[in-house]
Amino acid sequence: MHEFFMEIVDKYNYWLYIILMMIGLYAMIVKNNLIKKLVGMNIFQTAIILFYISIGYKEDATLPIIVNAHGVHSPEELAINTAEYINPLPHVLMLTAIVVSVATLGVALALSVKVYQQYKTLEEDEIRMRIRESSL
Amino acid sequence: MSAYPALVITIPLLATFVGTGCYWLNRKLCYPVALLGLAGSLYTSVCLLIKVMAKGSIGHYHAGWTPPWGIEYRVDLLNSFVLVIIGSVALINLVASYLNIEQEMSEKSGIFYPLYLLFVTGLSGVVITGDLFNLYVLLEVTSLSAYALIAMGSKDRAPLASLNYVFIGVIGASFFLLGTGYLYIMTGSLNMVNVGALLPELYSSQAILVGFVFCIIGVWIKMAFFPLHVWLPNAYTYAPIAASRVIAPLMTKAMVYVMIRLMLTVFRPEYIYAVLDLQNVIVWLSCLAIVAGAVMALAQKNVMKMLTYIIVSEIGYMVGGAWLGNQAGMTGSVLHILNDALMTFCLFLAVGNIGVLGKGFRLDSLQGIFQKMPVTMACFVLGGLSIIGVPPTCGFFSKWYLLNGAIQAGHYAFLVALLLSSLVNVILFFRIFEIGFFEPMSHGHTYAHQSGGAIQEAPISMLVPLILVSFGLLVVGLYSGLIVQQIIVPFLT
Repeated sequence: MHEFFMEIVDKYNYWLYIILMMIGLYAMIVKNNLIKKLVGMNIFQTAIILFYISIGYKEDATLPIIVNAHGVHSPEELAINTAEYINPLPHVLMLTAIVVSVATLGVALALSVKVYQQYKTLEEDEIRMRIRESSL
Repeated sequence: MSAYPALVITIPLLATFVGTGCYWLNRKLCYPVALLGLAGSLYTSVCLLIKVMAKGSIGHYHAGWTPPWGIEYRVDLLNSFVLVIIGSVALINLVASYLNIEQEMSEKSGIFYPLYLLFVTGLSGVVITGDLFNLYVLLEVTSLSAYALIAMGSKDRAPLASLNYVFIGVIGASFFLLGTGYLYIMTGSLNMVNVGALLPELYSSQAILVGFVFCIIGVWIKMAFFPLHVWLPNAYTYAPIAASRVIAPLMTKAMVYVMIRLMLTVFRPEYIYAVLDLQNVIVWLSCLAIVAGAVMALAQKNVMKMLTYIIVSEIGYMVGGAWLGNQAGMTGSVLHILNDALMTFCLFLAVGNIGVLGKGFRLDSLQGIFQKMPVTMACFVLGGLSIIGVPPTCGFFSKWYLLNGAIQAGHYAFLVALLLSSLVNVILFFRIFEIGFFEPMSHGHTYAHQSGGAIQEAPISMLVPLILVSFGLLVVGLYSGLIVQQIIVPFLT
């Protein structure tokens, strides 16, 4: 039991992102309101962004800017210990992913405005009812 | 010459911006700009294909950063081949759809062209890139422009269909991103070739397995593999015809390409076929996809919807062929990317021409269509025969390779599924031929007397591309031996 518990605490970042992702997925599947679904979608995407951010982090490490490098020109003195710096690549990737998720959210919101103009509601069951009425 | 891989993306991307600018300045310029952009992209991809066939694969390093660090565009036989398909379908469709676009959305047409270009840019990028994260970003560029294009369709249903596509598409892309994250944790690299070289030591790792599962499910969602196909039929049916004609043949096919790329370059066949014990399960799943797609197509009363379910069934062919695990199956799968793109494109073009009559796409509204549109329907018949797999058309040859692959692998369920779906396709198309050819026009005899025999063919600018594509079906069929020998076999060996 203790070991199991330690396993979870050790890798808490992964557990956190899985829980967040499941919350988002749950909202996308279960919720009836389109805006709530969109919120779920955004939580889902943010969970993955958090996952990426957490894998670049190192304990007791600093920003990836070489310390005291000013005025040093010989390559030997510039040799760096990678354990001292966090990995910047996942963070840079996530800048792009954030842009993507914002754009997706924008498109989805614009579409839900269109849906609202058409059916005067954002509840999915009501929309489905309208569609059935109009096809009869 | 060395910048060609970058130009394939840059030319249509630049044209997108110029086209958007033209929307504010002079709307009449949007169309020529789009044409020029696509023609440029097609020209460079044809040059790339010729060059790659002569000299082998080319790597283009963006901003001079060498592979494991920088973004590499890697062009080999497979992706230059798919690039040529994308470029030509997009260009021909733009020519064929000019009148549709101007009629369907007169004031919005200026926006349509840049979106269309952006879609093609993203799609070519997905195919040409050699970097996993870059693939995700370009995939989202493609999807976002596809959502917008679809939403421009029929006023009452298109926005909702597009929104449902957004929800499912985001899950797919996010799964792919997550899988890439797992691969990155384990290998520290995002370059496909480099990841492929680093993976063999890690084949037993659980994290790689999870990464693989996430990546492949993400790609399956995007390509509408059977249980994950729910977004596709509505989205493609209610999209504007000009958009669905390019999205339907290309989007799913590009995703099949991505799956094959993941299987061959990133995870490598040793992992896919030997270490993983999933081959059998996936071929069974694709049998299910083939049969289910065919059965659902039978239940449709709308020609467009029927065609979309046929796409779902065809996806099963390609996934199954790729997972059979022998060269014949993989050859069939790659050849089917070309053939299915052409066949679907031909059928959608023909259906678009039928739409000119303005009577909708319901099956019972097609009575007497053969008399009214003899040329369009002749091409439709050719497309239908190709989907069924009648010999001189190209559909036969890829099915032949797939059947061979199924026999070699001893997977007879796949064989049965292929034959069964071909039979169902016979019913599907001959039902349309019967309604269109033999059933008299329903709306009263006086009406039939007045306009029954009169030909109401689509405008010439829509007919010429259709005739061109349906001849393409025959030409590709006759030369498919050459395509297999020159492009597919050298790539696979």
